[in-house]
Amino acid sequence: MIIRRPPDIPSSEITPEGVYVNRRKFIKAAAAGAAGFALGPSALEASELQQSQEIPPRFARLQSELDEPLNSYRDVTTYNNFYEFGPGKDDPHRNSGEFQPEPWTVSIGGECNKPGDYHLEDLLSGVTLEDRVYRLRCVEAWSMVIPWYGFQLSSLINRVEPTGNARYIRFETVVRPEEMPGQRQAILNWPYVEGLRMDEAMHPLTILATGVYGMDLPNQNGAPLRLVVPWKYGFKGVKSIVRIDFVEEMPLNTWQRQNAFEYGFFANVNPNVSHPRWSQARERRLPSLFKNFDTMMFNGYADQVQHLYAGMDLERWK
Amino acid sequence: MSTKKAVLGLKTVLWIAALLPAAWLARGLMQSDLGPNPIETLTRVTGMTALVLLLVTLAVTPFRRVTGWNPVIKLRRPLGLFAFFYALMHFSIWFVFDMVFNVQYMIEDIAERKYITVGMAALLVLIPLAVTSTRGWIRRLGKKWSTLHKGVYLATALAVVHYFWLVKADTRLPVLLAVCLVALLLVRLPVFAPGGTSRKGREGRRGGSSGPTARPAGPSEGEAPASVGQGVEDDVDAEGVRIG
Repeated sequence: MIIRRPPDIPSSEITPEGVYVNRRKFIKAAAAGAAGFALGPSALEASELQQSQEIPPRFARLQSELDEPLNSYRDVTTYNNFYEFGPGKDDPHRNSGEFQPEPWTVSIGGECNKPGDYHLEDLLSGVTLEDRVYRLRCVEAWSMVIPWYGFQLSSLINRVEPTGNARYIRFETVVRPEEMPGQRQAILNWPYVEGLRMDEAMHPLTILATGVYGMDLPNQNGAPLRLVVPWKYGFKGVKSIVRIDFVEEMPLNTWQRQNAFEYGFFANVNPNVSHPRWSQARERRLPSLFKNFDTMMFNGYADQVQHLYAGMDLERWK
Repeated sequence: MSTKKAVLGLKTVLWIAALLPAAWLARGLMQSDLGPNPIETLTRVTGMTALVLLLVTLAVTPFRRVTGWNPVIKLRRPLGLFAFFYALMHFSIWFVFDMVFNVQYMIEDIAERKYITVGMAALLVLIPLAVTSTRGWIRRLGKKWSTLHKGVYLATALAVVHYFWLVKADTRLPVLLAVCLVALLLVRLPVFAPGGTSRKGREGRRGGSSGPTARPAGPSEGEAPASVGQGVEDDVDAEGVRIG
């Protein structure tokens, strides 16, 4: 099944003008103005949303974008795989309170003309932030529909001018065991590493998210900057990114390193390639109880991305 | 305090403790408080409870040997049945919500995924044990009953492997449970079971089972090391005494 959607996201159309200021700065200003005793509107709103399953009215428009209902803010922020805060689904939202996403610097290096340490504010000043409603399909066969807020990765890549040797892009999550209790054990090989082929990274659907539901990303969702690649399994969406490198060789991503038999580099959503743990033919579209939603090829984004894999054996390059 | 009262008290505690996970899940379901993916919670909690109860069931005999307090054996059947109850719920939730009542999906999953294969095998081994747990079946099967019920070792081992194989990365808990299982099996080896429940002691109990403790006197300790199987046989007889 293919969901109706133009080949390229008309981002200008789905971003309501003036609604989405830089929320992080907004909170800062509000906090400063209120002498620190009041929460910023954004934080207050988030805590209210956290309590309910309601979809805020101003997101109703986004809801129609996919013809599939949005998951509530609460679903999106209380059910996460972020092993840096613990392996349980509720560990990230329980254990991420100590995490400090500000200030934030991203080191960009490798095969590019403008390597360096970039402050997040600096990176965000040159890009267009917009809402993107995407399906998120976890390799564990559950899925959600999430209104991300972010910018196309391609705009960042263009800015730092990768050289002709750059064939892949490699991301790293921050390592802060003092703030990330999951990292105190060697459950995975820290830091978490993910990567994309350059054409995948440049694809207009690929974004770096800074928010969800128009608000800053909560810590458990990968604050302050995470990757979202909607046609791939969720584990490709590396969180709390502190390092980006342009490389010649295919990066060894964390889950492939953990278990190459089960996880590959590409991790494209594919109902026809079964996984040793989970049939990928069906998924549980939360909050549904039944695992009866037919998984779509490339998670429903086949029209936009299948040309990237023309001629590739998707069984082998899982 | 009489043995009867002590056993009744322990059974009451057992029933309450064993029903707590089910009660917690029922409350969570009614209050929509099991998180965005309640089925995952239901599956995880019922599976974990079944596995832990199986291990506790296997701990009864070693406990009896160490303490010499034989009436504890009367907790073994309810423990085993509660383990089966949770294993059955675990399976049913999977069949209803994950397999959506589709037998073909189920067969494919059992065939293709080894952790599901062994999990299913564990349940299949437990079914005849649960069915034959009644007094009537114990009497009818006689010696064969204890042979059949050695299946609990197999079922528990399969359940531990099932859990170990399904965990993606954090194997600490399945490893801990595997260590518990190995320990519970090791203490059944002759070296660790120095005749605490030798046949001699059993004979003694037959004579007067209503005594406060039927533990054999000191001198018999260290003689006639019991085999793994023998311990089980002893337990059957202990039940038999109660029944008779």
